[in-house]
Amino acid sequence: MTTAPALRVQNLYKVFGRGAEESVRRLADGASRADIPGTAAVIDASFEVQPGEIFVVMGLSGSGKSTLIRMLNGLLDATSGHVHVGDAELTGAAPAKLREIRRERVSMVFQHFALLPHRTVLDNVAYGLELRGTPVAERTRRAGEVIELVGLAEWRDALPSELSGGMQQRVGIARALAADTDILLMDEAFSALDPLIRREMQDQLLELQATLGKTIVFITHDLNEAMHLGDRIAVMRDGRIVQIGTPEDILTDPANDYVEQFVQDVDRARVLTAGNVMERARVVVSSSAGPRTALKTMRDERASAVYVTSRDRRLVGIVRDRDAVRLVQRGESSLEGVIRPAPHAVAADSPLIDLFVPAVESEVPLAVTDAEERLVGVIPRVTLLAALGPGTTATGELTIPVPPTVIDEVLATSEARATFVDEQDPKTEEAR
Amino acid sequence: MDWFRIPVGDWVADGFDWVKDNLGGLLDGIDVGLETLVDGLTDALTAVPVLVLVVLFALIGWFVRSWKLGVGTLLSMLFVVAMDMWVPALQTLSLVLIATVITIVIAVPLGVLAARSHVASAILRPVLDFMQTMPAFVYLIPTVIFFSIGVVPGVVSTIIFSLPPGVRLTELGIRGVDREKVEAGQAFGATPRQILFGIQLPLASRTIMSGINQVIMLALSMAVVAGIAGADGLGKIVVSAISTLQVGEGVEAGLSVVVLAIFLDRVTSALGSSTPSRGSLLSLLRRGDRGRAVARAA
Repeated sequence: MTTAPALRVQNLYKVFGRGAEESVRRLADGASRADIPGTAAVIDASFEVQPGEIFVVMGLSGSGKSTLIRMLNGLLDATSGHVHVGDAELTGAAPAKLREIRRERVSMVFQHFALLPHRTVLDNVAYGLELRGTPVAERTRRAGEVIELVGLAEWRDALPSELSGGMQQRVGIARALAADTDILLMDEAFSALDPLIRREMQDQLLELQATLGKTIVFITHDLNEAMHLGDRIAVMRDGRIVQIGTPEDILTDPANDYVEQFVQDVDRARVLTAGNVMERARVVVSSSAGPRTALKTMRDERASAVYVTSRDRRLVGIVRDRDAVRLVQRGESSLEGVIRPAPHAVAADSPLIDLFVPAVESEVPLAVTDAEERLVGVIPRVTLLAALGPGTTATGELTIPVPPTVIDEVLATSEARATFVDEQDPKTEEAR
Repeated sequence: MDWFRIPVGDWVADGFDWVKDNLGGLLDGIDVGLETLVDGLTDALTAVPVLVLVVLFALIGWFVRSWKLGVGTLLSMLFVVAMDMWVPALQTLSLVLIATVITIVIAVPLGVLAARSHVASAILRPVLDFMQTMPAFVYLIPTVIFFSIGVVPGVVSTIIFSLPPGVRLTELGIRGVDREKVEAGQAFGATPRQILFGIQLPLASRTIMSGINQVIMLALSMAVVAGIAGADGLGKIVVSAISTLQVGEGVEAGLSVVVLAIFLDRVTSALGSSTPSRGSLLSLLRRGDRGRAVARAA
C-alpha cells in the first residue's frame, strides 16, 4: 500500500518492575524473558496498521496483548520504542497532547464494556463528544445517529444496567464510534459475550466496518474470531509477536510449531474461502469445441464431466462423459444439445462452510466463478475435505471416470455400441 | 525507674501552650465561627413549631425510604417531645450536623488524596488509626484549653473523632472503582479532574455514603461525650444526671439519643444505596418520571 500507515509501532517494549531500561537492553541483546528481573510483557513489537484495516492481535492470556493495546493509546507508558498515530508520536507525548490524541484520533472498546452506570445510553455514547467540548445539541444529535446505527434507538434513555451484555457492548462500540476517531482499539471486545451473541456482534462489526472504514486494532484470544475478523493477524506469545500475516497465511503457512499448534483448533471451514483452495480448472472446453475434444479432455484428466465455457470464459454448463460418448457415436460435431446447466457455481469468497452442500449435490468438482460468472477454478470434493485438515492440501479427484481404455475404444471405432463400466463396479477400482 | 521517665505529657502540654500563644487569632476565629454555626442552626430549628418539624422529619423518612420509616419517625419524635427532651435533642442534632458537614468537607478530599497517592495513604493510615483508637475523652482536654468550655470543643472533638471512617471509606470507594471504567475515561481523553468528578466519585458514592453514615453515628456518640465539655444538648443532661445520680433524667436523655441515632442512620443508609428503596417517595417520583419518558419515546 502506498498510503501512510494509520498506526506505526516500532520496537515497542514494556517491562514491569525495577530496572526496566536495563532489562530492555538485555532483551534486545537476545536475553530470554526468564533472564531478566522484571516482567517483560511486550518484547520488541513492530508492525504497521493500514487505514481501513482490521488488525487482530491474537494470543493467550499472559501473552502481552492487553499490555500492547494499552500502549497504543498511552494508557500504559512504553518502556522503550515508538508508537505513531498517523503523523503524531504517542510515546513520550505530554499529558495534554496525549489527551488530545485520545479525544481526536484513538477510541477504545473494553472487554467488560466499561460503561458509566449512572449515565443513560445516550449520555454514555456522547461521552467522548462531551469531553471534546461539543455543544449539547450537536452531541445529542450525533450520539443519537450512532445509537441508531447499532440498533439501540429505543434504548437511548435506558441505563446500562437495564441492557443485556450484547446490548451493553453495542453501547460501548457506539461510544467509540461517536467519538469519530479514525482508529478503534478493541480489547477482547466480544470475549465476555455468549458464543451466539459474539458471532452476531462480529458480523455486525464487519457490517459497520464495511460502511465506516475505520482502522481497527482488535485484541482476542479466540483464533476463530481472529480469523473471522482480521484482515491481518499478529500472533503473540510470551510478549513477542511470532507471526504477522493474513488469516490464510497463518493457517496454511504457520511460522513455527506454536502457531501451528494454535491453528490446529481453528474452524478452517469458516476461515478458508473457495478462492483459497480452488484448483485450476483443467477439465474445460470451449462451447465451440466438438464432442471429441470434450471426450479427450475428460480422458486426459480422468474426469466424468467437463465444464463448457463461452469464448469470454463465462461458464455455460457441463457435458457428461456418457452424453459426449453418445454424440461421438452418433457422429455429431456440436455439444449444443447435451450441455446441462452447471450445478451450483460458487463465488470465490464464499467460506468453505457454505460449500459442503453444493459439493455433495454436484457430481463434478464444484465450479468457482468470479463476479462476471467467469470460471476461475474448481474445487474437487477431496480438496474440500483436505483443506479442513492441517498440513498438505495435495489432492486428487475421487469421482471415478470412465476408464481411458473404454474411451479410446469408443474414439477409435465411433461405433454405435459401446460397453460401459458402471461407476460402482469394483473392477474400476482395480483398473486404477 | 524515675530516671527513665519520658515526659511526653510535658512536651505535649508545652506544644499546646505554644499553639495557644501563637495561633490565638486563628483559634478565636474557629471558636466564633463554629459557635455561630451551631447556635444559628439550633435557633433555626427551635424557631420552627415543634409539630411542623416533627412532620417534616417524618416526610424526610418517607421521602428517602418508606412510609413505615415516616410513621416510625413521627411516633418516636413525638415520644421525644413528650419526654420534654425536644430542645436538647435539637441542640445535639445541630452539633452533629455541623460537625458532620465539616468532617465530610475535610474527609472526602483527604480520602481522594489517599486513593491517588500511595505516599499520602501510607502517611494517613497510622494517623487515622491514632485518631480512632485514642480514647474520645482525651480530645476534650486540648479542645477545652483552646476553645474554653462550650459547644465548640464538642464540635472540634467530634470532628477529630469521626473523621477516620470518612477518609477510609472514601479512599476505599475510589480505589474500588472498576479499573476499566477509569481507563475508559482516560481512553476518551478525560482529564484527571474529569475522571474524578465524572467517574470515580459517582461510582464510589455508595461506599462514601456508608462512610458518611458512620461519620454521623460516631459524631452522635461523641456529641454525648461533648456534654462533658459543656456543649448544650442531650449529652449535657446525661452528664448532669450522672453527677446528681438522677436515673430518670439520664434514661430519658439516653432514649432521645437512640431515637436520633436510628433516624439519622436509616435516612443516611437509604441515601447510600445505589437505587432508591422501593416504596420511597423518591423512587415513586422517579418511576413516574421514567414512565413519562418511556411514554414520550413511544
